[in-house]
Amino acid sequence: MDELQQAFVQESNEQLEQFEATLRQLEQTPDDPEAVNSLFRHAHTIKGGAGVVECAFIVEFTHVVENLLDLLREGRLEVTPPLVSLMFACSDQIAALIEVFAAGEASPEPAQAEHGAELVRQLREFLPGNSQAESTPGGSVPAETTSPVESLGGAKVASDCWHISIRFAEHVLKNGMDPLSFLRYLATLGEVAHIETLSDGMPPAEAMDPECCYLGFEIDLRSHADKSAIEHVFQFVLDDCTLRILPPASKLEEYIQLIQELPEDTMRLGEILVKSGALTRQELEQGLRLQSQPHATGAAEESTAPPIGEILVERKNVHKDVVEAAASKQKQVSEKKALEAKLIRVQADKLDNLIDLVGELVIAGASGALMAQKTGQAHLVEAYSVISRLVEEIRNSALQLRMVQVGETFNRFHRVVRDLSRDMGKDVELVISGGETELDKSVVEKITDPLMHLVRNSMDHGIEPAEAREAKGKPAKGQVRFNAYHDSGSIVIEVMDDGAGLNKERILAKALERGVVAPNQQLSDSEIYKLVFEAGFSTAEKVTSVSGRGVGMDVVRRNIEALRGTVEVESSEDIGSTFRIRLPLTLAIIDGFQVGVGRASYIIPLDYVVECMELDTSETHGRDYLNLRGEVLPFLRLKDLFQSEASDARRQNIVVVQYAGQKAGLVVDHLLGEFQTVIKPLGQLFRNLRGIAGSTILGTGEVALILDVQSLVKVTAQQENFSQHAGLPALNTP
Amino acid sequence: MSQALTTQAAAVPAVAEENHQYLTFSVAGEVFAIGILVIKEIIEYGSLTEIPMMPSFIRGVINLRGAVVPVIDLSVRFGRAPTQIARRTGIVIIEAGSDNEKQDIGIVVDAVHEVLEIPNKEIEPPPTFGARIRTDFIRGMGKVNDKFVIILNVERVLSIEEMAMLSSISHQGESGGRGEEA
Repeated sequence: MDELQQAFVQESNEQLEQFEATLRQLEQTPDDPEAVNSLFRHAHTIKGGAGVVECAFIVEFTHVVENLLDLLREGRLEVTPPLVSLMFACSDQIAALIEVFAAGEASPEPAQAEHGAELVRQLREFLPGNSQAESTPGGSVPAETTSPVESLGGAKVASDCWHISIRFAEHVLKNGMDPLSFLRYLATLGEVAHIETLSDGMPPAEAMDPECCYLGFEIDLRSHADKSAIEHVFQFVLDDCTLRILPPASKLEEYIQLIQELPEDTMRLGEILVKSGALTRQELEQGLRLQSQPHATGAAEESTAPPIGEILVERKNVHKDVVEAAASKQKQVSEKKALEAKLIRVQADKLDNLIDLVGELVIAGASGALMAQKTGQAHLVEAYSVISRLVEEIRNSALQLRMVQVGETFNRFHRVVRDLSRDMGKDVELVISGGETELDKSVVEKITDPLMHLVRNSMDHGIEPAEAREAKGKPAKGQVRFNAYHDSGSIVIEVMDDGAGLNKERILAKALERGVVAPNQQLSDSEIYKLVFEAGFSTAEKVTSVSGRGVGMDVVRRNIEALRGTVEVESSEDIGSTFRIRLPLTLAIIDGFQVGVGRASYIIPLDYVVECMELDTSETHGRDYLNLRGEVLPFLRLKDLFQSEASDARRQNIVVVQYAGQKAGLVVDHLLGEFQTVIKPLGQLFRNLRGIAGSTILGTGEVALILDVQSLVKVTAQQENFSQHAGLPALNTP
Repeated sequence: MSQALTTQAAAVPAVAEENHQYLTFSVAGEVFAIGILVIKEIIEYGSLTEIPMMPSFIRGVINLRGAVVPVIDLSVRFGRAPTQIARRTGIVIIEAGSDNEKQDIGIVVDAVHEVLEIPNKEIEPPPTFGARIRTDFIRGMGKVNDKFVIILNVERVLSIEEMAMLSSISHQGESGGRGEEA
């Protein structure tokens, strides 16, 4: 796919997203003219883009959609729920077609094409029976409907073709429009009976600018398309060309008028028209003769109908209106473009590259600062501290580049919720808050799937049918809420519903049945809720297409853990459940806190660190907890856990860490201070290693390991539980 | 660029046929050889970071110009005592892994000897026993100056799959056999 096509696919998808958003809005406020206008604009932009990349099947389909929207826009059709639903379906179809195009296929699969045809048929049902009614927006009677009674002046010409004269402006190529693609597209509307290229405008070779278009075309098109459809072909160059369209069997005068209006020599044009078969020679001669004695026609006829000239002027006026409307539309589009211009599209890999380089810079900077300190030269140290500060700022802004608002992802779920509520016969609305919360782009891409599972789960299992809700005194309309906020270096995403809540008894019964828990085991509520994330666990009484196969929730858990995040659930009966996903803000660079254990250095993500203090061995009495201002603080000794050799440190320190509201202490030998940490993954060899999140390179060039606080605590807790249950001494305290 | 790379990659087996060059080195007093095409570089042993809770044949990781590279102690992998660090101890960086998942791995060697040319006809099949290392680790026995040199099958010796599995078993053993977690 070349750049243009890529741009088209991306832009069209964005347009479609907005199209859907507007549709939803329209569903709420059916008589919002701005919404209809905006729908039209989006459809139109997609169609225009498709025309530019010469994707006929998208153009064809979108064209019908656009026609319908045009009628809506003019108020000649009412916005009704079935119409909106149909529009949603059309939006899906356009998305599917764009995908087909993106895949590089020449045409959609037969089944898909059929679906498209079916949609077109449904769309046509909404269109007023007479397809010509849509041809001229102003509502004035176009020439092609002229009945024999109204016809006047000279005879009609015999030709059954549309005659199109187009002269492209010189700058059309510079505007990125390729005349040829318009002609090709025109050919999709019908059969091009004849085409004559006029190169009269071409200056002598030395004066010619190869970037200018000097060509004009006289085209005869045999087609059943109406005038507006043909005009639409040239929509994007309307400002950049002179376009005349004569319907089949137009009156001779109109041809003559056309000939005289065009810049080329009258006789030459006449010849061309004769050659192209639009006119017979006889007709031409008759026409020109008529023209030279304009009032030769009978006075009686003149009184019964306005003179041709007037009709033409009238028509021209109408035409002008259309042009103006188009121009204002273009203006709106370009204003929107200007707004978008504040954003720059950058290839994701360029950004990744930048982040990598900044990572290297951070490491090199740290090593430089270390060297400077060793020399003990105050000037050098000072210079390096300035550099370090700048590097930190660069790092922060580089990471900021990859931050995107989570709202965009959230908004996609409006559609999901809408469709699901229709499928399930439940009335559910999606409420979004905290959409402006930012997180790393690479994370955003990976949370869509888990969120989808959670939403489906909430709608299927959580929210009750309307009758049940009313019986419980809740509003009939269910609610799913998305919320996002930042919390100590993580982003928290909540998916809440106001449904029935998780059924503890049923989960427990299922867990017993599956042997996940032992019959005599005592579980707290939160432990019971956690069971839903076990593999193959579903308490849905019936398996629906949406959920209940028990594959969803453990996939959610695994996906989120793969992002170094966690998911937890809170629930209360008949009030609802909340699934809370916690994710690290970024996957590349973090602020770390460096500690020494034995001879090795470890990094604790600074966001988890609450405080540090000295470990008073007289207080702990060999137990692994202490009194932290009245709180019980369990701690783990990293030296024992890592079985590293004894160090000469006389005192030990405790780093108090907090994760998801839980506090724990880590006993270390040395506290070495803050350190900007570039995360380097440890690779496949260490994929089974728990407690270590990755590695980084210190200023000295040594590798230091990054602790995974959460899994460390978990591992230790499990070890203790295991050895206590088994009646064995805990293994981490040999 | 990518074209150049593919042609280079395609040329590799051909070169291997003509160019039977092997790097010899000693581990635990014995001489081994590895085809030079997988060898990226040889560096001095130093500033290695140990990784806790890993089996002892994984010596640790080093910083190789910004990349974190794991280092394997071949002696332990062959079931012998850990390599003692001495003046001539070095790390040979080898490109291991399958085509789609390359990973650099370092191996600790007592000393690096030389690059030898061993023609195919001078390579005997591995003995079924007696070499005191796993037979599947041996690609062949190269005859050099009437002595045998064990040519290692790098794919097997440095199989990331196998080593990761071993480390998960050892990790579980050390952390108290959390059965259902694995």
